[in-house]
Amino acid sequence: MSTAAPATPTAARFIGTSVKRREDRRMLTGHGHYIDDVVVPGLLHAAFVRSDLARGRITRLDVEAARELEGVRAVYTAADLNGGQHEYWQTMVGRDAPYPPFRALADGDVRYVGEPIAIVVADTRYIAEDGCELVEVDYDPLPPVLDPHVAADDTEQVVHPELGTNVASEIPAMPNPDLEAAFASAAHVFEETISQHRHLQVPMETRGLVAHWDPGARTLRIWASTQSPHEYRAFFARYLAIPENCIRVTMDDVGGGFGQKVFAMREDMTVVLATRKLGRPIKWIEDRRENLVAASSARAEDVRVRMAVDAEGRIQAVDVEHTEDVGSYPVPGPGSSAAFTAMMFTGPYKIPRLGFRNRAVFTNTNGRAPYRGPWMMETVGREIMMDLVARELGLDPAEFRLRNIVRSEDLPFTTPTMMVYDSVTPHETLLQAVDLVDYEAFRAEQERARAEGRYLGIGISVYVEPSSMGFGLMSQEVATVRVDSSGKVQLIMGTASHGQSLETTMAQIVADHLGVDIDDVVFIQGDTDIAPYNAGTGGSRSAVYSGGAAREASVRVHEKAIEIVAHAMEAAPEDLEIDGGVISVRGTPSRSMTLREVAELAYVGTDSLPPGMEPGLEATARYKGPRFTWSNAAHICTVEVDVATGHVTILRYVVSEDCGVMINPMVVDGQIDGGVVQGIGGVLYEHMIYDDNGNPLTTTFLDYLVPTAAEVPDIEHGHIETPAPGNPGGYKGMGEGGAIGSPPAVVNAVADALAPLGIRVTNQPLGPNDVFALVEAARAATT
Amino acid sequence: MNEVPVTVTVNDERYRAFVEPRKTLADFLREDCVLTGTHLGCEHGVCGACTVLIDGDAVRSCLMFAVQADGAEVVTIEGLAPPGELGPVQEAFREEHGLQCGFCTPGFVVSVHAFLAANPRPSRTEIREALSGNLCRCTGYQGIVRAVERVAAGIAGAPTAAPTATGDEAAS
Ligand code: FES
Ligand code: FES
Repeated sequence: MSTAAPATPTAARFIGTSVKRREDRRMLTGHGHYIDDVVVPGLLHAAFVRSDLARGRITRLDVEAARELEGVRAVYTAADLNGGQHEYWQTMVGRDAPYPPFRALADGDVRYVGEPIAIVVADTRYIAEDGCELVEVDYDPLPPVLDPHVAADDTEQVVHPELGTNVASEIPAMPNPDLEAAFASAAHVFEETISQHRHLQVPMETRGLVAHWDPGARTLRIWASTQSPHEYRAFFARYLAIPENCIRVTMDDVGGGFGQKVFAMREDMTVVLATRKLGRPIKWIEDRRENLVAASSARAEDVRVRMAVDAEGRIQAVDVEHTEDVGSYPVPGPGSSAAFTAMMFTGPYKIPRLGFRNRAVFTNTNGRAPYRGPWMMETVGREIMMDLVARELGLDPAEFRLRNIVRSEDLPFTTPTMMVYDSVTPHETLLQAVDLVDYEAFRAEQERARAEGRYLGIGISVYVEPSSMGFGLMSQEVATVRVDSSGKVQLIMGTASHGQSLETTMAQIVADHLGVDIDDVVFIQGDTDIAPYNAGTGGSRSAVYSGGAAREASVRVHEKAIEIVAHAMEAAPEDLEIDGGVISVRGTPSRSMTLREVAELAYVGTDSLPPGMEPGLEATARYKGPRFTWSNAAHICTVEVDVATGHVTILRYVVSEDCGVMINPMVVDGQIDGGVVQGIGGVLYEHMIYDDNGNPLTTTFLDYLVPTAAEVPDIEHGHIETPAPGNPGGYKGMGEGGAIGSPPAVVNAVADALAPLGIRVTNQPLGPNDVFALVEAARAATT
Repeated sequence: MNEVPVTVTVNDERYRAFVEPRKTLADFLREDCVLTGTHLGCEHGVCGACTVLIDGDAVRSCLMFAVQADGAEVVTIEGLAPPGELGPVQEAFREEHGLQCGFCTPGFVVSVHAFLAANPRPSRTEIREALSGNLCRCTGYQGIVRAVERVAAGIAGAPTAAPTATGDEAAS
């Protein structure tokens, strides 16, 4: 059977339209099914005893009183469970990546506040927490390792004594005479250190799982709140040294992930080891304090950037030294995103030379995990640097960008990291965003406001998103499209949609390419016993990869149905068309067969099939996609800063983006909006704070401030739709972009507002106290 | 631990149970009534995911003990429209893409019911203020604000603008 997909769907009725979501009805009526809604017979409940010290030896651990408590079924420590561990590694980064030493429960010492020390399993969660209260732990404190810059060179005070170093991974500087020559001969050289602080992913549904080792069948069943059921299965097969086919992982509705729920973490491992020992199903639902303290963190990193610019304002070279704080137990591997930060650092600009070095450093803090655009320090560092340099050169930041930006005539464009942009539109999106916000008018308004003593600012951020990265496990996706004997369609995928609306968008693709009504397509995902092995949902990959697979499987079923009808009706295949589940002779609608009739032939009337045709009406397609599918966007933010209070108000927020062919524009805009607001939150409100002893200070939603509707502006969208050349649907991934582009747009806007005071903004967050401190310092410097 | 009897009317149905005095109303609804649409996002009164109507008022069920609801009329997300149907607020959330992962959604929908019952013609600023007691991490609130405006403008595809689903009847 041909695998060549037609360029356009038979009838593009659904792709490109804002089809209302098929997920919504159950979620809106309280019938979504999330991890805490899972109840199975004999279910027990777990709670964790956690370290309240950042670093120290455990001198005493007494769990006897907890074990005695009525209703407590088990209390386990490292001595009980850690021996059940075999291999520890994540498929995405592979067996040979650097890893922190692994342990389910703390064994002999603790390495961050929140590290699990013991698990209490009881009849109810209330009793499990009572049990935790009865566990006694004494420590011999050690000085915590908290500053990654100090820790990187420290071999005395180390987070993981087994390793003898705090460096988790490293990209060394390469000797680059061409780069140094460019700096030596440049008209201008600028240097700045730009940082971002520790953010948290904060899915509204915390982590959690139910795990049940059946000692009779010797099988493990896991109900997970995950972005990747197959990774959970593969991971636990290795971890327990049992075959993958003895493990079934399912996920249902998942209340957000943002990167936090891709990989199994230590609580998951502990619960699995506990059920293996106990043979009873165990549920663990993280509470919010645990999530804010111990789940994972992100973004704690900085870059020292040197930029060489010629006399015409064209960038000649950039040199970057990047330091990441990866905490104590990061995932995956060493938790570093540096390879992609390096790869994308020159972003949408024609910068011919790049130098890059990185150290990812362990500290006694909550481990780093992916968070929407994990590598986005490149956009933060570059875009803030663009504004700083533009101001030094006396150029408007928009003008400086326009002098350097990749334009359509530059394509294909090869970056200094040998990435080839085949189809990107940074110039077009920047112009569109400038137009949407009416940049010139804002500058005039800003002028007037300054005359009145008000501080308005505008900030730009432009980036290229390496969506749908096709490496290793991520290089392929799979879909099964099955027409059942009644003529209705099952779409079975290895995705793990958790807010991305795949139940709708994937059905749109199948409906168009198979030629059925969208309501006749049922979407099934998240069950490793049903769905073929797959990478799951993350990395802005679903449109390209899952969409590619769904499209290809649909096309194959479509072609087979056409062949069956052609044979049955003695018509030429090219004269047939299918729409709404009816295959008819073009121009003679009375000569037709329904998909139900075709299915009956395919499964029952097999003697009527074309000679040699395999019965049945289904196809499984595995789509292998390109290494990269580039999408891009420009964000522009305008703010007013109240210099008396330090309060920043966002006036307007404009995004112009190009994600190729949009399957569902409503969903695209929703993804942009969610990401933008996470970025705004990160700059203005969110900050996970540790004190000097490594104690987290932001342990509730009263301290870790997630933005609410009252703080968020209306977001305005513009679209440039350039089909991706690398996949038949022309899609480009975009799920992470909003969170990548927004932080520097906000920072630059605040910096622009404060520029008349001589203030330069290189650090975040920019809460009222931080901004007020900048204003005070500037005033002190001038008086 | 000592258990005490409680009787709570939830979505017009009477539930009697023996519960520990420390059991939250949220856990009572989720476990004893098996109404799992009420979600827990923080259990400390900030995120609003657990919002239900008690005698018509929006209340955070994580901050209340089940015994405190003894004798009360509670409406949860499951009771805002007849089974299988969407009320006007729910319909507007769907039309305006006011939800992605759906975890925060029940709390928002219930809060919006109470808000629009008290203020059927709010301004956009009032809407944003009213929604500020609920957290959503997915949508950036754009579709949620639009959804509330849509209901207030009476264009949710429902006969009336005001949320007159069973929730209000049960609460009155
Ligand atoms: S769970 Fe009740 S307010 Fe968050
Ligand atoms: S839709 Fe996911 S938290 Fe609101």
